[in-house]
Amino acid sequence: MSSIGTGYDLSVTTFSPDGRVFQIEYAAKAVDNSGTVVGIKCKDGIVLGVEKLITSKMMLPGSNRRIHAVHRHSGMAVAGLAADGRQIVARAKSEATNYESVYGEPIPVKELAERVASYVHLCTLYWWLRPFGSGVILGGYDRDGPQLYMVEPSGVSYRYFGAAIGKGRQAAKT
Amino acid sequence: MGDQTVNSYIYSPPAASSARKLCFYSAFTHPLLIQGFLLLNYSNSSSIDRSAQNHIMDVSTGDIDAPHSMGTTIIGVTYNGGVVLGADSRTSTGMYVANRASDKITKLTDNVYLCRSGSAADSQIVSDYVRYFLHQHTIQLGQPSTVKVAANLVRLLSYNNKNMLQTGLIIGGWDKYEGGKIYGIPLGGTILEQPFAIGGSGSSYLYGFFDQAWKEGMTQEEAEQLVVKAVSLAIARDGASGGVVRTVTINSEGVTRKFYPCDKLPLWHEELEPQNSLLDILSAGIPDPMVS
Repeated sequence: MSSIGTGYDLSVTTFSPDGRVFQIEYAAKAVDNSGTVVGIKCKDGIVLGVEKLITSKMMLPGSNRRIHAVHRHSGMAVAGLAADGRQIVARAKSEATNYESVYGEPIPVKELAERVASYVHLCTLYWWLRPFGSGVILGGYDRDGPQLYMVEPSGVSYRYFGAAIGKGRQAAKT
Repeated sequence: MGDQTVNSYIYSPPAASSARKLCFYSAFTHPLLIQGFLLLNYSNSSSIDRSAQNHIMDVSTGDIDAPHSMGTTIIGVTYNGGVVLGADSRTSTGMYVANRASDKITKLTDNVYLCRSGSAADSQIVSDYVRYFLHQHTIQLGQPSTVKVAANLVRLLSYNNKNMLQTGLIIGGWDKYEGGKIYGIPLGGTILEQPFAIGGSGSSYLYGFFDQAWKEGMTQEEAEQLVVKAVSLAIARDGASGGVVRTVTINSEGVTRKFYPCDKLPLWHEELEPQNSLLDILSAGIPDPMVS
């Protein structure tokens, strides 16, 4: 189901008459059309999995890594535009190290998810920026045990037991 | 891209004009982080103590306008289930006791308290900043902050401004992850997690005492008695410590403040028992003092 917001979809700072920001929804479509990413929270940890997309036989199998370590205790799997995802990961890494250098303890996963989400949301507020075209599944293990969060291009972040984004998410969820 | 837009989210505190500025930390620009500036006013002419402005006191007994220092005894001990913090109550400016009933154990959060020694002004400003940052941190975290985080914030301020600060601090508190913890942060900004910590000028007299009297896994009663005994020993020998003994006990149930005035404290070697009259000492039992 695709809806066209003629005239109201040119800028991320424009609302449509029915209260939607179409640019953010289009950004979410970029994520929906990309390779699947799945995350599961278990009793003793987190499991993240990505669908490996091989665009050419010339490509080295180990490249195009989509699961990144953010800190000693947390990691992130990226779906959507790869370059946008790389920015989010870089930001998460520096948030995590900065938190630790100020507060002296590894960043709680809830706090990290909030910071990543507010950074992603930040880029939906200004006309001279475009929203991130990538969604992220963030998993970590802190004092309160393993936790799994998903951050969408709109900046929304929820905590999940299991989450999936990308092309095959419907199949993954059933 | 990122830095320029994120800057619009930063709240900048108003810059102070005349006071010297200290930098808290070169903050990574994040919408929710606030950059703090530590202000220090080394103006010897302005007096912190209100009574000094009346200039009633004979100035030869002490320089009223000198920076207030807490020649102090501060102690923090862990016990089975929490921590006990103790301190004396004397704040001196040179030889003059500016405050004989001061409270050197200040609250940072509901579950973390700080014992202050050294310069009164420096330790107050450090505790004010840390209380402010911890309050924000608690709101963001959604739960009480840990003792370790509180101690780390104090340590960063102490270390990064070591040229200008002169304060030794003991942080003690209780959190649900680690239980009761004591962190000692002496002059240079070292942070050391210890089962017990002592600080201030009076602590010099307590090192040997604690070596002998300290044991692991005390009860709350034992720990409080140990702290009161130690502070009163230091008060007896250290001229810069005195007044009353205050203790704060922090455990899973909460915080308890106790107050020990002079008559509740034990007396030590060569300290006189209080007498009603000198005649009582001179002639015990004989009512007529002129009779040989």
